[in-house]
Amino acid sequence: MTNGIEKKFKEPDQTQMLNRLWELQKSNGYIHDDNIKELANAFNVSEVEVEGVISFYHFFQRNPTGKYTIYLNNSIIADIKGFERIKETLERETGATFGTIDRTGTFGLFLTPCIGLSDHEPSALINFYPFINLNTSKVKDIIAKLKNGASAESICDAPADNIRYTPPGNKTVFFKKFTPGSVISKLVQATPLGIIEELKKSELAGRGGAYFPTWKKWNSAMVQPALPKFVVCNADEGEPGTFKDRVLMNREANSLIEGMIICGYTIGAEYGIIYLRGEYWWLKNKLDEAIKEYHSKGLLGEDCGNIKGFSFDIRIQMGAGSYVCGEETALLESLEGKRGEPRTKWFFPVEKGYLQLPTVINNVETFCAAAKIIEMGAEEYLKLGIPGSPGTKLISVSGDCQLPGIYEIEWGMTIEELLGLCKADDPYYIQVSGPSGECISINEKSRRMSMIDLPGQKDIRCGGSFMIFNKHRDILKILVNFSEFFKHESCGICTPCRAGNFIIQRKLDRLNNGFANETDLDEIKSWGTIMKNTSRCGLGKTAANSLIIAMDKFHDYFKTKLDKNYDGLNLKFDMDAATKDYEEYKI
Amino acid sequence: MVNITIDGKNFLAEEGKNLMQVAKENDIFIPSLCYYEHIEPPLGTCRVCICKINGRFGPACTEKVKEGLTVEVNNPELKDTRKALVEMTFAEGNHLCPACVKSGNCDLQHMGYELGISSTRFQHLFKDRTIDYKANRIVMEHNRCIKCLRCVVEVVTDDGKKVFTYQNRGFETYVGVDYEQEAKLTEEQAVNAMKICPTGAIMLRGVSIPEPFGHRKFDMESVQKNYNDETIKPNGPTAITKKRIATISLAGCFGCHMSMLDIDLGLLDLIELVSFDKSPLTDKKNFTERCDLGIIEGGCCNDENVETLKKFRENCDVLIALGECSVWGGLPTLRNSIPLSECLDEAYLNCVTNEPANNIVPYHEDLPKILDRVYACNEIVKIDYYIPGCPPDAGIIWKSVKNILWGEKNPILYSEFKYD
Repeated sequence: MTNGIEKKFKEPDQTQMLNRLWELQKSNGYIHDDNIKELANAFNVSEVEVEGVISFYHFFQRNPTGKYTIYLNNSIIADIKGFERIKETLERETGATFGTIDRTGTFGLFLTPCIGLSDHEPSALINFYPFINLNTSKVKDIIAKLKNGASAESICDAPADNIRYTPPGNKTVFFKKFTPGSVISKLVQATPLGIIEELKKSELAGRGGAYFPTWKKWNSAMVQPALPKFVVCNADEGEPGTFKDRVLMNREANSLIEGMIICGYTIGAEYGIIYLRGEYWWLKNKLDEAIKEYHSKGLLGEDCGNIKGFSFDIRIQMGAGSYVCGEETALLESLEGKRGEPRTKWFFPVEKGYLQLPTVINNVETFCAAAKIIEMGAEEYLKLGIPGSPGTKLISVSGDCQLPGIYEIEWGMTIEELLGLCKADDPYYIQVSGPSGECISINEKSRRMSMIDLPGQKDIRCGGSFMIFNKHRDILKILVNFSEFFKHESCGICTPCRAGNFIIQRKLDRLNNGFANETDLDEIKSWGTIMKNTSRCGLGKTAANSLIIAMDKFHDYFKTKLDKNYDGLNLKFDMDAATKDYEEYKI
Repeated sequence: MVNITIDGKNFLAEEGKNLMQVAKENDIFIPSLCYYEHIEPPLGTCRVCICKINGRFGPACTEKVKEGLTVEVNNPELKDTRKALVEMTFAEGNHLCPACVKSGNCDLQHMGYELGISSTRFQHLFKDRTIDYKANRIVMEHNRCIKCLRCVVEVVTDDGKKVFTYQNRGFETYVGVDYEQEAKLTEEQAVNAMKICPTGAIMLRGVSIPEPFGHRKFDMESVQKNYNDETIKPNGPTAITKKRIATISLAGCFGCHMSMLDIDLGLLDLIELVSFDKSPLTDKKNFTERCDLGIIEGGCCNDENVETLKKFRENCDVLIALGECSVWGGLPTLRNSIPLSECLDEAYLNCVTNEPANNIVPYHEDLPKILDRVYACNEIVKIDYYIPGCPPDAGIIWKSVKNILWGEKNPILYSEFKYD
């Protein structure tokens, strides 16, 4: 809160770096050497620093990406829904090969990890507009239209929200009819401490997946003396298989904005920033409009919501293709216009966050939930879910089921119930919370989902992604896809994650080729554990998780992949493959 | 002042001080590759200083000391984890100590010695990397860079601009050089860049290290009070009976065999204690009977090497990989990131010493077939012991053989344990 006399705080120029790069990327299709010189001058940094930022984000490119830049999703869900066929069709129809542009410079084809449309796979972004449920004839049609000069914007799809389930009896928390301003109007009578008390009572915990108590985070930021403070919404929903934040922002932008306003009011922040992933450019207009509407109603800006002396504003910062930026400190670095490398734990963001100032970072779902809890009261909220884990949770269901989409479950629901609701088809292997989460065998279907994580009572703490695979899917293929993902998305700053993911992938290749033996399995486990114990941020700490768990839960399957003739002394060696280069050279 | 506990012992320390610093002041060795006491916040990139802090894994370098802090430094799991991280750094880069100007002054090599790393548990990745000669003074050897971030943070021009910055991400990450800013560095700043680089990645044209190899900072003495090498673990004493040994040089240079002969007076003992079967020393081409020990020099670069190595495994109870080439591939792996066809072209067709019109690549069914890359011995067969060095010191060879064959405990000295 300001007393109105304080000068408006000005963010340093470099915070505009990503925006400037986006302008160039979007207008020219790539970033030219001359642009780098200009930007280095404008931000008073060395050119190599600008290049470092560009090369960190995969949507920023140094070579032309064509008039129509096509990013095809290569996540495992896309893969099981026909990715290969779409990839071939795109290459045939456009005349370009993946990773490059065609001769005329019209089309550029690129691969990208999960774009948040797992309920509509295969899907792609063309000039950052969504194209969903692709099949061969649809791709042909799209490319023909683009060749005839149609704009991607004019022919793109509007992905449906696919909200498949909310708790019966209109007990939905997230999707209840919401009148803009209804929460803010409550702030006039509420004190920051009162809000924290209410959140504490509701036991709301961070929905990004770490489940840190929200009230604790807000309280720590509130007591910081440094000003100004910031509220940052993490809308960098990058975990493959997750799309709940997409749906929330598409439908419930109002409750997100009000959640951020409450947080601003509580901790005494003036500024809010939504860090929106580059894959969601198509959602930006909608959010911008919602923010504008709030301004026009006096619910954002000076003395907003008729609270004297409370000023709060929200802006959107676009990410540019980097999974690790979902890690809160990496996100802060990215907001500052730098490479999205996670910070060390020397300071917490609530002490020194964005621009080294106190910052609360919460996920979209957390802000929405906070708004709804203040609206309905913690008392009501506690009636939902189970003791120790009250409320509801949004789950993004995808994969081998008839009804992929959003499921708002009450905490306490079992895997089996959810599988029934989404009409899963012969489920066998389930990946909860994305590649960094846990894999579940169908034998564990009676386990329930909750936030409870106590010794002796471990429920499944689903972060939001729920990918179902049936018996016919090759588990190793799933895990190799994950491993490839982490290898590319590691920021590269710490050894165990940068090198470890690379090393693990080499091991998986051995396994895949039938060269591995029991020792290799033990080594994967041991090395994965080293990555878990030593990596700098959650990415490296969790990257080998699923692999380690899968080797235990599906040990029989892994056994079939091993070298059957291993005698403990001789490793399997493929002499034909090793001498192939030489034999071919001599010809 | 606050009370903290490290490995069960109590210490008084200044509140808020970096744990690495506190440990150092109290003579507790915590290895690290990126920690620099004057850089704050600490870099926290190499993760080698991993400890258990209040029961949870965490790097010592990013921990501020506070009342009641309990730290575990030296339990077997932590020691192994730290070792693994240094091994990982070796496996990720292309580190050829025998051919590196920084050898003996290199922090990475030093940590390898201190932790007694005789081989890496990880297969080397052999990623193709370049040497960047474009700057005026600085040469950036990307093969040797361990991405510690020291230069990125520390080397700035007088007007505050960075000379080095990370480029790309994930396994493609490398440290890029800004040529324009590099030119603005003073001589002193440029020398400092070379100095703070923990490995030989940043070098200056025309500047070398004055001390000769073997007499450099990390060549002679360990920084640990109780340096003990754990690389050779004897099974316990056995009766001193005469043993049979076989040796071979695969894709090596015979340097390790030469070094074996350097055991001087030990040779007299040796004659009493061992007999040689298949070996270049005896010129026996085939095994005549089963051997207690096989000593392998060199890795595998052709199909004949692979077959020979397999024969050794078949005929010997214990196999030792002797020297860098045998341990992980060594110098011959310089070709591993380059396609075989390019290597052959370069060696036989485009080579400047080639006689005109005599440009053929030899090929005959009697000649061994060249493999797509050089393989370490442990990629083909199980290797029981590793002795590093290029070549290994005669002392370490002799002691190790005695350790292995007769279970004698001979401590290996820090000054004998080398990669170059």
